[in-house]
Formats: sequence, structure tokens, C-alpha cells
Amino acid sequence: MFVARSIAADHKDLIHDVSYDFHGRRMATCSSDQSVKVWDKSESGEWHCTASWKTHSGSVWRVTWAHPEFGQVLASCSFDRTAAVWEEIVGESNDKQRGLSHWIKRTTLVDSRTSVTDVKFAPKHMGLMLTTCSADGVVRIYEAPDVMNLSQWSLQHEISCKLSCSCISWNPSSSRAHPPMFAVGSDDNNVTYGGKVQIYEYNENTRKYAKAETLVTVTDAVHDIAFAPNLGRSFHILAIATKDVRIFKLVPMRKESTSTGPTKFEVQIMAQFDNHNSQVWRVSWNITSTLLASSGDDGCVRLWKANYMDNWKCTGILKGDGSPLTSSSGQPTAMNTMVGSSVQTSQNALNGMSAGRYFFPPLDPPRAGTRYGHLLPPSSLIEHCDAEPIQPQPQALPPRFSSRSLLLLPEADGQ
Amino acid sequence: DDDHVSFLQMQNIPAASGGKHLGFAWGPGDILVYETLYKASGVKGSGSSFIHEVRKDEDIYSPILRKLFNESHHIFVGLQTIREDLPSKNKKSQFVSISKNYRSVIRACMEELQQVVSILLAIELIWNLCEVLFIDAAPAGSLLLHLLDWVRLHKADVDEKAREVLQSESPAEHPDYCDVPGGTQTLTDFDVKWRLWHEEVDRCLQDNSFASNRHLELILGDEDTLLEHKELLSTWYHFLVTRLLFCHPTVKPTELHYYAQSCMTMFLDSRSVPEPLDNILLAAFEFDIHQVIKDCSIALNNWWFVAHLTDLLDHCKLLQSHNLHFGSNLREFLLLEYASGLFTHHSLWQLAVDYFDHCPEFGRVYLELQIEHVPLDTERKALKVLRICEQRQMSEQVRSICKIMAMRALRNNRLGSALSWSIRAKDAAFATLISERFLQDYCARGTFSDLDLIDNLGPAMLLSDRLTFLGKYREFHKLYGEKRFREAAKLLLSLMTAKIAPRSFWMTLLTDALPLLEQKEVSPHQRFNLHSAPSFIQVCLPFQEEDMEQTKVELLRLALARNLAMAIVKEGTMET
Repeated sequence: MFVARSIAADHKDLIHDVSYDFHGRRMATCSSDQSVKVWDKSESGEWHCTASWKTHSGSVWRVTWAHPEFGQVLASCSFDRTAAVWEEIVGESNDKQRGLSHWIKRTTLVDSRTSVTDVKFAPKHMGLMLTTCSADGVVRIYEAPDVMNLSQWSLQHEISCKLSCSCISWNPSSSRAHPPMFAVGSDDNNVTYGGKVQIYEYNENTRKYAKAETLVTVTDAVHDIAFAPNLGRSFHILAIATKDVRIFKLVPMRKESTSTGPTKFEVQIMAQFDNHNSQVWRVSWNITSTLLASSGDDGCVRLWKANYMDNWKCTGILKGDGSPLTSSSGQPTAMNTMVGSSVQTSQNALNGMSAGRYFFPPLDPPRAGTRYGHLLPPSSLIEHCDAEPIQPQPQALPPRFSSRSLLLLPEADGQ
Repeated sequence: DDDHVSFLQMQNIPAASGGKHLGFAWGPGDILVYETLYKASGVKGSGSSFIHEVRKDEDIYSPILRKLFNESHHIFVGLQTIREDLPSKNKKSQFVSISKNYRSVIRACMEELQQVVSILLAIELIWNLCEVLFIDAAPAGSLLLHLLDWVRLHKADVDEKAREVLQSESPAEHPDYCDVPGGTQTLTDFDVKWRLWHEEVDRCLQDNSFASNRHLELILGDEDTLLEHKELLSTWYHFLVTRLLFCHPTVKPTELHYYAQSCMTMFLDSRSVPEPLDNILLAAFEFDIHQVIKDCSIALNNWWFVAHLTDLLDHCKLLQSHNLHFGSNLREFLLLEYASGLFTHHSLWQLAVDYFDHCPEFGRVYLELQIEHVPLDTERKALKVLRICEQRQMSEQVRSICKIMAMRALRNNRLGSALSWSIRAKDAAFATLISERFLQDYCARGTFSDLDLIDNLGPAMLLSDRLTFLGKYREFHKLYGEKRFREAAKLLLSLMTAKIAPRSFWMTLLTDALPLLEQKEVSPHQRFNLHSAPSFIQVCLPFQEEDMEQTKVELLRLALARNLAMAIVKEGTMET
């Protein structure tokens, strides 16, 4: 792995969320500075900030994109007890030339009496639906019946989860085999209040969401939750960020024809990792659900992968090296710095780095005019860190291919 | 069984490490990482607000490896289409030929890439051995010859050395001079001599005549003697093949691993630890294909090699299928991994499609998911993606992509484009919406935009009522323009009576009807017939439009009344 570029986001305070749009060409960031910024990626891969505006009167916790079928739409949620929906307006031509666009507020959702901790759009096959959850323990589902008029949203469901909510995740599957389903996590600290993850399922008959399952084994505060994309499986996979990383398998049990209640699930734990050694704050799946990333109190991001036998393993660790970049004043808002190798290697916080194993043989330092002059050498690959379970780590192939001649032939030998 | 997953990598991020957290967001081919704090509200942090884009190592090399990916894709597709009903002898030669094709692609890339030669050399070495042992499955006798070729081929660095030496200013003084066989002779000469020698040995072995040959000890394959020349045998497998050549030229495949293990042990002194490459080769000598694949997956942090080799081995029916709980197998797992990695590349994603096509269990669902994420930068690209989806009857993806394009066009006020995408999406609701916009435009400006499109709707017109109306209304205008008033009038009438005209549009329709009603030049043939006139008036008279201009209403009533009068007169005239 290597750091390909570093973007000076220029928020005045902590960034709380970064969200790629569906096609990975745009990005939204939100911050305690109460603003949201939208970034566009150019053909050459550089990021340019095309909009920056104040969205709330408190820290903005999360920002998320609607599916592009609905246009260019964002939702944000904040400590100020509101969530908001924003739409991009195609601007005047001179704006476009300057690479700017405008976002206007379409609606503010003010039903929550406490900080709104998460905001997510439902899967697109359900229409344009927005879900929020709050510290007051309520999940709210809103719908915009007319996608051409984003100022009209109606509160369709209000679900009281009894415990303060911190995160929601919709099951992205659009299969008709199962009804719409979402999971809610609670960051309530009291372990005696039972399971901190609840699964809700839509009932076609009652037209309401009913609780299908509570994961009773998860008793510590839950900070994040994520359903994996469903790739032809008959069961669901749910990742949870709590005092460790947990991956659950939810197998729907066959319903009797007379049953009108929600689906019953067989809940199995697929994996549990405490490598962060501390609270885990975020979990998220990549697009193909082949990799799970988690972020913890140890200041690391870890990547997890399953082999074809469904055995999970940590395959990567991203760690702050103690030498943050600082942006000097007067820089343009969209600066793409190429991080030089000196920054990476000079502060090797992981001491005891013995033989670095290179995936590829070490590149010569980029020379002017070479093809790779603008690229970084790959970082050195280090052996497992202390927090890992002691396992002999498989090693990379060394670049050693010492050149030696063939067997010296008898004839050729001093004739 | 923790295998087939790449080994652990670490990456430093230029960020604060004390007390700060790292936030992240998955992207199409990367992961964004930023400094943050996941605590409750009220936290104020300093703004070192950099967002770091972290990519996999291979991405540096993707411009280079693109050639590898492109060419091997072609070979892969060819392999999938080998007919099952061919006799196994023919199939085997085809498989060998395909294996050689892959290897030649690797060698072609090697020539271009000085810097990654090491890894590619290793890959080729392993692949070559797999070809000899598994695919070609050389039996005793020819096995050794194949192994000799194998070792010889991979002493390409001899060429390198020789070239280096010969190119330096005074070859004789080059430190490596002595090592190069022949010193002053060219490699061709060397090769010829080597072959002659080989044949002589062969002959000697055949006639069992070892008399008075001063290299008896070597020929006898005495291990200690051979090991004395260790520095000339760069690797233990070179040692192995040499030893086999001298002692056991008719070695059987099943016996290989005994010699391999002992040679490796003898060759590596007590201090050296077997490297991953050594273990892979040893596993190959042991004919443990699964171990080879497993070790390669772990040691080589890229899926290209294991995916393609495993696929080929699977076609040779050399892999036992493991029954996994979700029904896939190793071949498919690796292909899916490889192809998914390709999909994030801005041009290589198209190659990935073929790989998914040949993964019978999950290929389709993977493709459905990932193809939707391909950025639709241009209309041309969108059409390319669409073609792929349409060919595979991925109707939901077709609909979604067309809808995205329609929405984008609509936002940019390109109504014609929006309409044609809606039609392609078969999205009646959206088509209705856009037709409305067209009609509103007409009301506002008096003309239509995108006439070409509307004139050529054809059967697509039937997608929605509003769209049908739009098409027909435009047709009305055309007829009027061509002075085909009678047909125009009939059409207008049918539009109103069929009730597909939106209410909001009725006033406009009636206003359009005005000139028709006033037509004094209309010949008897073109005039409203007796039956249609009253019904036209019946439709119009009860009509009330609240927010209409009064003058318009008056004009209309006047025109209608006059027309009625005219009709009555005509009727009276005609009957007499």
C-alpha cells in the first residue's frame, strides 16, 4: 500500500465523516466547523473543492449521498438536532468555468429532540427514503414521494428503540426473497440493558417495521454497524464496531405460511477481532464486500479479509505516524500534495522493524524524466505488529535472484 | 486453514498518533483516511485536516501491468472455449500451448519492465515448473530433459552477466569474467558445446562406458564434488537438476520430492532459512498443487498469477473441488478476486467482464453489482456499459444506468437527451415528467425543441400517455404546417376525445383549434364533416378554464359560435 496523495481538506475543525458518491468521482466531507464540502475528482485524479458551505449550527456528524438515480443529493446530520437534505443546482456557465457549483437546502428535518447521530438513504429500490437515528433512541424514516420535488418529505415511520442510537445500516439487498431490513446500533453504556443491536424488518401486511432480532451477545456500546453487500448469498452479513470488531451471520429461517410476524434468524458469529485493543468506532465494507475496514481507539485503520473458507484475517493496518502534515496559510483550497517518501520513512513509529520485505524490489528514487517520477516508492512492508496474535507471518518473495552462471562445463574449463 | 489471503501490510499515514483516531471511507480503488475523533460532542480539534488517498501497491504498476492484463485476458477467454468433447490428447497439447502463451506474455512484459523483473522472473519460474510437472505431466525420461530446460531457461541472468561483462571496457578484468562459461566464447558457442556434451553424456550413459573420462566424479554425480562447485550452481534446484542429470536421469515424477527435499537441505547451509520461493517450488516437486496455490496467494500480493494459473490447472482437471458452504470453489474465488480488482480501473474494467462471465456461481451477481459503479463519464462510456448489460439481460442495471443518464440530462435542461434515456430505461413515469416539460416549454415559447427526437419516436411513443400526447400533438402541428387541415382537425379532435391531453393543456389545444375553425379557404373536402363539428363543439363548450385570459375565452366562444352557424348553413345548403 502507499499514500497516493494527500488532500488538504481545509476544514477549520475535526472532520467527522467522508463519503464517496456512488461512482467514486465525488466526495463530501463534514466537520465540527459546521460545514460540508464537496470535492470533484478530475481526470488526472486530482481533487478540487467545488462547494463549501455552512450546513448546521452544530458539529456535523455524518454526510451521505443519495443514489445518482435521484440526481445530485446529499443528506447531513448534526449535533444541532436536525438532519438536512441538499441538492446541487446546475449553475451559471461562469460558475462552471470556475469549477464551482451550488447546493441548496431542500428540507430540514426537525423531529429529533436530541443530536442526530446518523443519516442514511435506504436502498434505491425503495424509492427516495431517508433514515435518521438520534440520541433520543428514535429512528425516523422519511420519504420524498416526488423525486422532482425534494422539499416535500413525509415522516413515514417513527420507531422507538428505547436506547440511545448511534448508527443505522440498511440491508442493501434488493432481492425479493426478503423484505426491507435495517439494523440499529446503540451506544448506551449500560450492559444490563441488553443487546445493543436491533434488526427491524418491514411487514407488508401491517405496513410497518417490526423488530425481528436483537443481538443479545452485543452488550457493550455500539458505535457503528454495516451490512455487507449481498452477493448471491442466502444469508446476511453484519459488521459491528463495539469494544471489538464483530462479524455476524444472520440466516433467515424458513417461515411457516401462517406466520405473520417478522423473519426469525439464526444468529452466528463469523469473526471477532480485538486487535484494536480498544473501542472500535467505525466499520465499513468495500463495494464487493471482500474487505472490511475498521477504525479504533488505537488510532489505526485495519483491513479484514476472508478466504474462500470464510476464515477472516487482518491484511492491512493504516496508522498515524505521529507526523501530521500541516497546511501553511495562503494555500489554495484544493491542494494535492504528493507525500514524499521522507515523510513516511523518517518517522517509523513501529520500532524493531527488522528486514523490511519488499513486495517489489526497491525502486530507484524517482529521477526526473522517468515514467515514475511522480509516483512514490512502495512503502516497506513490515512484519506483524505487537497487537497481532502470534502467528508466523507468511513472507513476501524476496527480490533475490542472484545471477550465477550455469554449471561450468568440463570442456570450457581451462582447455 | 488461513490461506489464499494476502499477507499483512502496514502503512504509515502522516497523521497525529496520540489520542487521535483515523476515519476512513472506501472508494472504488482506494481508501481515504483522515484524522478525526470519535467521541461525543463538544470536541474541538486542531485542523490538520488532510485526507489521504491510500492505494494498493499494484496501482503504481498498473500502467505497466496493463499489457499483462490485456494479453492474458485474451488467452483466458480462449481457454474457456476449448471444447469439452475433444480427445484428451488434443486437449493436453492445447493446454500446454496455452500455458506457453501465458508464459510468453510474462516474458514480453519482463522485457519492458526492468524494475519488476524479479517478481516476474519468480512467477515465470514457478509457472514453468507447474507446466512441466502438472500440465505437461512429463513422465520419467523426458522429465529430466524438461527440468534441464527449465533450469537453463531461468539462468537468463547468465545472459545478463555475460552481456555486462562483454560490454564493459575490459572484459578480462571484469570480476565476473571467470564465471561466465567460455570467457571469450559467445553464448551460442557455449550452447552448442553444452548440447554436444549433453549428448555425449547421454551416449556414455547408454553404453555404460565410463572409461577414462576425467570428469568421472562429476558425471557420477558425486554430491560433495557437486557441492564444491556450489557457487556456480546458484540455487538448490539447479543443484537438484544437475544431480539428477548425473545420477538419476530417468527419475520418475513421484520420486522427485525425495531428491528435492534433500538437495535443498544440502544446499542451504544451516544458517539460511528457506525462502517462500523455495517452499513453493518444493510443494510443486511434491505435486501438492493446493499448497503451491496457497503459498503463491500469500507470498505474491497480487491475484493475477494465482487466478490464471489456478484456472488453467482447473481446466486440466487437476484441482479437486472443495465443497464450500456457499457452493463456490477455489478457481472461482480467485477469479472473482482478480476481476474485482480490475473493475476499479478506468479502462481495464472491461476485461473483468469476461472473467465474471466464466464464473458460473457468482460471476453474474458480482458483475451486476460492480458494473453499476462504473462512472458514466461520457455518453459513449455509458453506451458501452449499457451494451454489456443488455447483452446479458441485466435489465435492472440497464434501467438504472439509463435513469441516471436521464436525470443528469434533465438537470442540465437537455430535454431531448433526457427523453431518449427515459425511453431506453422504459421509465414511464420519467417519460411523462419530461413530456410535461416539453409541453410547458411549448406553452412558454411557442415552439418545440428536439423536433427530430419527437418526430421519430415510433412505437416508443406508447410508453406513457403523456408521451403519446406529445408525439401526436407534434404530428398535429406538422399536419397543420403542411396545410392538411382536415387531418389536422381530426387528430386534434381525437386527442381531445381520447382524453390523453392533460387538462393543463386544453386551453392551448383550443387556441390551436381557433385558426382551424376560421379557415375560410377550407374546401368542402377539408371542412369538418357534419358529424364531427357538433361533437367538437360539444367537447369544447362546457370547458371552463378559471385562470385564463378573458379575451381568449371570448374569442373562442365567438369562433365556435360562428363555426356552428357555418355548419348549420352548410348543412342546410347541402341538403337542398
